[in-house]
Amino acid sequence: MTVLELAPLVLLISAVAGYLGALTGLGGGVVITPALTLLLGIDIRYAIGASLVSVIATSSGAAAAYVKEGYSNIRIGMFLEIATTAGALTGAFLASRIPTSALAVIFGFVLLHAAWQSSRSVHTSSATESSDPLATRLKLDGGYPTQDGPQRYHVHNVKTGFSLMFGAGAISGLLGIGSGALKVIAMDQAMRIPFKVSTTTSNFMIGVTAAASAGIYLGRGYIHPVLAMPVMLGVLLGATLGARQLIGARTRVLRIVFGLVVAAMAVEMIVSGIVGKI
Amino acid sequence: MTAWNDERLERIISIMLRSGVLLSAAIVLSGGAFYLIRNGGERAAFHAFQAAAPSYRSAHAIAIRAFQLDAGAIIQFGLLLLILTPVARVAFSIVAFVLERDRTYAAISLIVLSILVYSLMSAR
Repeated sequence: MTVLELAPLVLLISAVAGYLGALTGLGGGVVITPALTLLLGIDIRYAIGASLVSVIATSSGAAAAYVKEGYSNIRIGMFLEIATTAGALTGAFLASRIPTSALAVIFGFVLLHAAWQSSRSVHTSSATESSDPLATRLKLDGGYPTQDGPQRYHVHNVKTGFSLMFGAGAISGLLGIGSGALKVIAMDQAMRIPFKVSTTTSNFMIGVTAAASAGIYLGRGYIHPVLAMPVMLGVLLGATLGARQLIGARTRVLRIVFGLVVAAMAVEMIVSGIVGKI
Repeated sequence: MTAWNDERLERIISIMLRSGVLLSAAIVLSGGAFYLIRNGGERAAFHAFQAAAPSYRSAHAIAIRAFQLDAGAIIQFGLLLLILTPVARVAFSIVAFVLERDRTYAAISLIVLSILVYSLMSAR
């Protein structure tokens, strides 16, 4: 296959991944790597490098919109970014020391989890009782706009949230994904931050987390221009369209169908890894 | 001069992120079009991993090659700009928190920036 034949194909796959990723909230990055490795037989290291770059693009693009709406909490984001960037560095260092077959298996399990996580939209309600003293000291408590004026919230279990974020960062650096699902768990379930604030702040953090491993990926030659170019442009295009469609769209059926496709991809990643095909 | 507060910080961050993404996408697109016209017939061999050429791996080399109009390096230059967008966001936050007289968060932002810079230094 020539470069001229491959580029439009990769662009198309990336645009579909970005579109569905935005519509279902799974993110484009988590789907693009299995698509490239399983469908086109591209080495997982190139796929991870290209995916990571696209994650920075979609996260920064979406964060720009959310920050303006006033949902994301810059302080929570910045504080937890210490954990996610340190984790991302660790993950990126590990990525080159782990055989690609093991990477594929880990990827499969993370993908399965993300699909499962997105299929159930249950989340703990945020509590308004007193917060963690550490949260008060770090000024993490905040508010977000509602129709009845600003709604205040408190932040809990700061230490647990911080440790979970290190793990989310490590997975992000290891697999070249945003690991938004894991970040939301840490904020939503552990720190009991309101869902809307968790998701938008998580998105805000993804770009910085990915940038921490991107430098290492670049230096190691995982980011190849010929592949990263159509992936980044495709995912960005698809995600932009998907985010626009999201308003008022009925995504329930699509969520289930896409969740099943992702689960099937996850199983194939695990099998390919065990058999040694990847 | 208007006072520094979180709302103003958020507004500027929003503009920074958006322009960074748009600018880098434009550069990647032009570099990509240029590459396909020039080297479209090249065989795409991504089945076996071979690290990208050294001139595509360090910020310094990418910048030099991009200004010599190497199409691949122009793409990498755009991607480098994209990677630097969140880094610039963190750097700007330090300044803003200092102006807000929030020492704790200026320090927290500084820690995050050091980790990011450390990672980028490995791509020299």
